[in-house]
Amino acid sequence: TWPDLQTGNPPAPDLQPTPAELVGNYTNYYEFAFNKEDATRLAQRLRIDAWSVTIGGEVENPASYHLEDLLQRCPLREYLYRFRCVEGWSMVVPWVGFALSDLLKLAQPLSSAKFVKFTSASQPEAMPRLRQQAMLAWPYQEGLRIDEAGHPLTILAVGAYGETLPKQNGAPLRLVVPWKYGFKSAKAIVAIELCRQPPLTSWNRYAPDEYGFYANVNPAVPHPRWSQASERPLGSDFFTPRRPTELFNGYGEQVAGLYSGMNLRQFF
Amino acid sequence: MDALTSRLWPITIAFCGAPLLWLLLDIGLSRLGSNPIQAMHIYLGDWSLRFLCITLAITPLQTMTQWRGMTDYRQLFGLTAFFYATLHLLGYLSADHAWVWPIIGLDLWQSSYLWFGLLAYLILLLLAVTSPKAAKKRLGKTWKKLHRYIYLAAAAAILHYFWQLKGNLAEPLFYLLVLGMLLGFRGLVWLKNRRFGLTAPSKPHAADPDRAD
Repeated sequence: TWPDLQTGNPPAPDLQPTPAELVGNYTNYYEFAFNKEDATRLAQRLRIDAWSVTIGGEVENPASYHLEDLLQRCPLREYLYRFRCVEGWSMVVPWVGFALSDLLKLAQPLSSAKFVKFTSASQPEAMPRLRQQAMLAWPYQEGLRIDEAGHPLTILAVGAYGETLPKQNGAPLRLVVPWKYGFKSAKAIVAIELCRQPPLTSWNRYAPDEYGFYANVNPAVPHPRWSQASERPLGSDFFTPRRPTELFNGYGEQVAGLYSGMNLRQFF
Repeated sequence: MDALTSRLWPITIAFCGAPLLWLLLDIGLSRLGSNPIQAMHIYLGDWSLRFLCITLAITPLQTMTQWRGMTDYRQLFGLTAFFYATLHLLGYLSADHAWVWPIIGLDLWQSSYLWFGLLAYLILLLLAVTSPKAAKKRLGKTWKKLHRYIYLAAAAAILHYFWQLKGNLAEPLFYLLVLGMLLGFRGLVWLKNRRFGLTAPSKPHAADPDRAD
């Protein structure tokens, strides 16, 4: 429903989008189920009408925005990004969204704001696993350092493939941070809060030695139980080699500067 | 083998081969979803584990039903478990990794869940190689001891399953429960034999799993 959008950065002429139906049928959504098939089916129960998102904490202008109003203020673009899951598969998605920095500008972060916390929807009646308080601390929370959040690659997506986002892929509003493992890119966001301290995040709380706060894609730092050196791109055929995973998922040129001087093994 | 048991032989062989035919159909009709290679891994691993559990269930079944002559079936099921484990491994090496050894080597080095899978496979390989009657005869008492390692293989396979999951633990927990029950049954038989002083292996007893051998 968004024809002829301007393309977001960076230019990536070599990227071929993964077929949309593969993306729509292969997604983790633990609020609904721990397997992808059930999650996709059950996610259709999510209520996404009249969505609003609050932005608060360490900001000049705390506010609650109706999604439609937000889209009037933040120009939509198409961002064709690689997406790498911590489980070892990857895809290429043409997201429709806007730079998170546009929203941060509206909110005017105070100088005390060092981190950004994202909270996903909590709809117990629609989300069986959340209702049961299963596994993770619900609602789902993620976080970024403020410079990561303000980076031009970091977007809030409302669509993909020129259409409104499917519910299972994070409708109506999700974060996309293309150089980090997919679990950082929280779905169905209802609240954004700027904080002084690093926020607790769901996966990091659940298994801090397995899912770091940064979660930058890094082939040299394996997950404690499996290698991250290679990935299986969705849509690739049997008997084709796996794709060697790239540092920062191939976005090193744009984002490596955020981490200069940091030990990426320690801050994984 | 009595008449009924022999009559079940063709249908059992068909049962053992059916999962492979079903998989080929799934692949041919592109029914394996967005990540068919991963789906195939899980499918083949699942069937290997299922046949391992079936193999382990034969002896308790014999004990409970007093139905003799199922040793050949136990061997068939065990070899079928090995067969699906072999396809599972070959699928990993060829369909997934296209025999790219540097990446396979790195993957093996860095992925601890693969170590358990490999351990399970090496045990199954050893058991499959010593499966023929001739090997059984030559190994004598050692054979039985050796083939008890099937429990270790099953435990390692379940751990291999657990160890690569982020959340959905229901399936491996199910196998763990089945394995626990099968082990528990043997424990009960062992305890019962001990209490009644029937541990002497020469003494025929209904609960002796290999009486029919």
